[in-house]
Amino acid sequence: MLGRLSLSAIPFDVPILVGTFAGVVIIGLAVLGLITYLGKWGYLWKEWFTSVDHKRLAVMYIVLALVALFRGFADAIMMRTQLALAYAGNPGYLPPHHYDQIFSAHGTIMIFFLAMAFMTGLFNFVVPLQIGARDVAFPFLNNLSFWMTAIAFILVNVSLFIGEFSQCGWLAYPPLSESQFSPGVGVDYYIWAIQLSGVGTLLTGVNFFVTIVKMRAPGMTWMKMPVFTWTAFCASILIMVSFPVLTVAVALLGLDRYFGMHFFTNDGGGNQMMYLNLIWAWGHPEVYILVIPAFGVFSEVVPAFSKKPLFGYGTMVYATCAIMVLSFLVWVHHFFTMGAGPDVNAFFGIATMVISIPTGVKLFNWMFTMYKGRIEYHACMYWVIGFMVTFTIGGMTGVMMAIPGADFVLHNSLFLIAHFHNVIIGGVYFGYIAGMNFWFPKVMGFKMNESWGIRAFWFWFVGFYFAFVPLYVVGFEGMTRRLNHYDNPAWYPWLLVAEVGAVLILLGIVCQLTQLYVTIRDRNLPQNRDVTGDPWNGRSLEWSTSSPPPIYNFAIVPHVHELDAFMHDKENGIDTRCAGGPYEAIHMPKNTAAGLLVGGFSLVFGFAAVWYIWWLAAIGLIGVIGTVIARSANKDIDYYIPADEVARIENEHSRKLMAQAAE
Amino acid sequence: MSEIHTSSSGESHGSVTSYVIGFVLAVILTVLAFAVVATHSLSPSGTILALSVLALVQVVVHLHYFLHMGGGSEQRWNNMCFVFTVGFVAIFIIGTLFIMNNTAIHMMSR
Amino acid sequence: MAHDTTVQTAGHDEHHHESPVVFGFWVYLMTDCIIFGSLFATFAVLRNQFNGGPSGHQLFEISGLAIETALLLISSITYGFGMIAAHKNEISKVIMWLGVTFLLGLGFVGLEVNEFANMIHEGAGPDRSAFLSAFFTLVATHGLHVTCGLIWIVTLIVQLMGTTAIPERMMNKLTCLSLFWHFLDIVWICVFTYVYLASMV
Repeated sequence: MLGRLSLSAIPFDVPILVGTFAGVVIIGLAVLGLITYLGKWGYLWKEWFTSVDHKRLAVMYIVLALVALFRGFADAIMMRTQLALAYAGNPGYLPPHHYDQIFSAHGTIMIFFLAMAFMTGLFNFVVPLQIGARDVAFPFLNNLSFWMTAIAFILVNVSLFIGEFSQCGWLAYPPLSESQFSPGVGVDYYIWAIQLSGVGTLLTGVNFFVTIVKMRAPGMTWMKMPVFTWTAFCASILIMVSFPVLTVAVALLGLDRYFGMHFFTNDGGGNQMMYLNLIWAWGHPEVYILVIPAFGVFSEVVPAFSKKPLFGYGTMVYATCAIMVLSFLVWVHHFFTMGAGPDVNAFFGIATMVISIPTGVKLFNWMFTMYKGRIEYHACMYWVIGFMVTFTIGGMTGVMMAIPGADFVLHNSLFLIAHFHNVIIGGVYFGYIAGMNFWFPKVMGFKMNESWGIRAFWFWFVGFYFAFVPLYVVGFEGMTRRLNHYDNPAWYPWLLVAEVGAVLILLGIVCQLTQLYVTIRDRNLPQNRDVTGDPWNGRSLEWSTSSPPPIYNFAIVPHVHELDAFMHDKENGIDTRCAGGPYEAIHMPKNTAAGLLVGGFSLVFGFAAVWYIWWLAAIGLIGVIGTVIARSANKDIDYYIPADEVARIENEHSRKLMAQAAE
Repeated sequence: MSEIHTSSSGESHGSVTSYVIGFVLAVILTVLAFAVVATHSLSPSGTILALSVLALVQVVVHLHYFLHMGGGSEQRWNNMCFVFTVGFVAIFIIGTLFIMNNTAIHMMSR
Repeated sequence: MAHDTTVQTAGHDEHHHESPVVFGFWVYLMTDCIIFGSLFATFAVLRNQFNGGPSGHQLFEISGLAIETALLLISSITYGFGMIAAHKNEISKVIMWLGVTFLLGLGFVGLEVNEFANMIHEGAGPDRSAFLSAFFTLVATHGLHVTCGLIWIVTLIVQLMGTTAIPERMMNKLTCLSLFWHFLDIVWICVFTYVYLASMV
């Protein structure tokens, strides 16, 4: 009846998990109770959960990403603490099977649910506004994508308390991840979480690709498109090209596990090297999916706070496209040591080094943008400058590992760990946080607190170097990744320093939370309100609407004349908003619960499939198909906002603008 | 109305004649492929080559007559996506064979 | 060049709000194409890993393959006739052609299931060797897509019944399904060429 599921699946014997579970239950009940007490369920359901508004979905994505950050960081600091303790006979406090789950979950969560969710959140918020569109091409699919990502994250967290998570690292290499060596449910949780979130990500890629191709404001030709939108476009292409390969790789692993097939097994003629080949054909583009939008954020932030147009717009666009194409041609550098000959390794090694050229072009473009600019050291700029320094170091260590001979020494050592944290924290995370600080007033209508933002930056920045430079050192000294304990006295002091770094980063996260708290507490102070919708004297169209933007974004779709459309309009006295109308009724999509239902049924399906509860899986699957069919028959999917209503909203904003100007 | 609409979104629709022409061409190409294999009239490598050419031509026939792909400006993005996808798939399949064969030789796994 | 595009885009917007559904579906199909590409790559790598079990030469028979191919090819043209009827707004004909297409597709899936059942019965199931794992997965993925297409056809037939005109949204759905159905036929060309016929050489 319940497949493999029984009471023994709940890890009562692990005090850390029981404690965490108790904490989650208490906090969860408190939150649910608070929502009930405030009577906000209807509001949440109507305005958020079922919303197809890209701005609302963006906020939900970023909230999801921050929750994933806490979970992923908790894993990280547990690992660092284990390694600071488990020296010379001390077993530490995490037994290997638990430790292995923690590092697997850390990688999976940070990539799929922190970075991807944060990136999608930024896409959702910024792209439609930057291209002068009223929503994305497929608003319902947008809502569905969010729920698929969210339920996949829920599934990963369910594994904490019911059963176990994968112990095979974040990419679950076979043959270790085959049922012969991992008979438990951990890898199955991993497989279903990846597959379900993959559906969401793929739909996001299709959605934004079509949005950018088909829905740009009139006059916005390709070379008048803001750089962030360009990067979203390239990342969407990469998503569409690479995520199907991930789906196949993980599906084949699943077939091995569920049906006894022999794709990657030791016996039966299987070939585990094929898994590496497949997963990295996704994995390499994936890191560019994450970092290219971060480059886009920098390209928006630097001009805004240097009071200059971006230096070398054209080269920036071409560099982005070059990085996109090259990222398909380098996947072998993740497995130089697999046994291919020097011809294969040399080709992919050189292709990898070539990527550093367009990336270098971008760095110089940002620096030349700052050169002779009137730089305002806003919190965003701290993250940008921190990025420039940190990412350059990370990029250089990457080029070191692109040399196949050197990689034979460095492969699977903590040097590698230090390298990719160097580019992912220093590039992706710093970029997304800069973006959050930059666009927050647009989303919420009030600015983020700056002093706490700067404090957060310094803790993160210094903490990063304390945490990861030691890993470079011990990596050179031969320490491999994923060690549970060790007895080499040369490593011990460095790992203690790394622990200090992790604590500093923890303080950085505390500062970020404080920043959010202080920001919301002081939201009504006049200096924090963003009345004009244009707090930084911005250059692109998103700053031409009110903050937060009305549901329809643009009452009158703007006409684009130049690159940096809004700046051009401001300098030439053109009213981008066409205030005063005449307004027309605006066609908008209606909210729908279908995305949430498909997500819910998928969660049921995924959970049931993990535990072999086949009747429940059938219910989940039928639920998904039924919901999709019902949705396709639903004719009540859109509505019109009457022209009077549009005029009322727009005139109110105009009044506020005039009052501001009069002050 | 619907006719104007569909043609402008890049999907021109065929006529009975064009479907029949495509169908007849596809049948001929399929029969040829089966015949090449069934009659063993070519050497093994020659057969594979012939099969590949026939498959390629038939894919083009399907794309043209059934999926109505063409050179119209409205279809620019449809075509671009297609070319890009085929390019990626080609890179991936050729790259995979290159890598896996090379590895198999060096690791003596085959 | 840039000016050209400006005029085009601007002109575009003033004409009508074009639905991006068909283009979006085409883009989705391209991602599906990559799924099949990856499966073909996997098959190509594992095609000689028989593990002492049967090879394709021993398992595949050309007559069954020919019937399957014929069914799918004919279903392509019947769907095409359905689309022509749809453009003429002849709903009963659309339903009729969709029904014919459905039966042909069902026949295809039935034959494939039968073929699989026979192979498994003979001890040549997907767990026998890496070659058979790759074969079953690639062909069944195509079969699963055809099955989804069948469910989709039924859904559209039901939605079309009792209506008198084909609104734009319905036309988009029919066009998307048309792309899907013809796309599956193209995948099948590659399957019968590289999986079946090439193994029989």
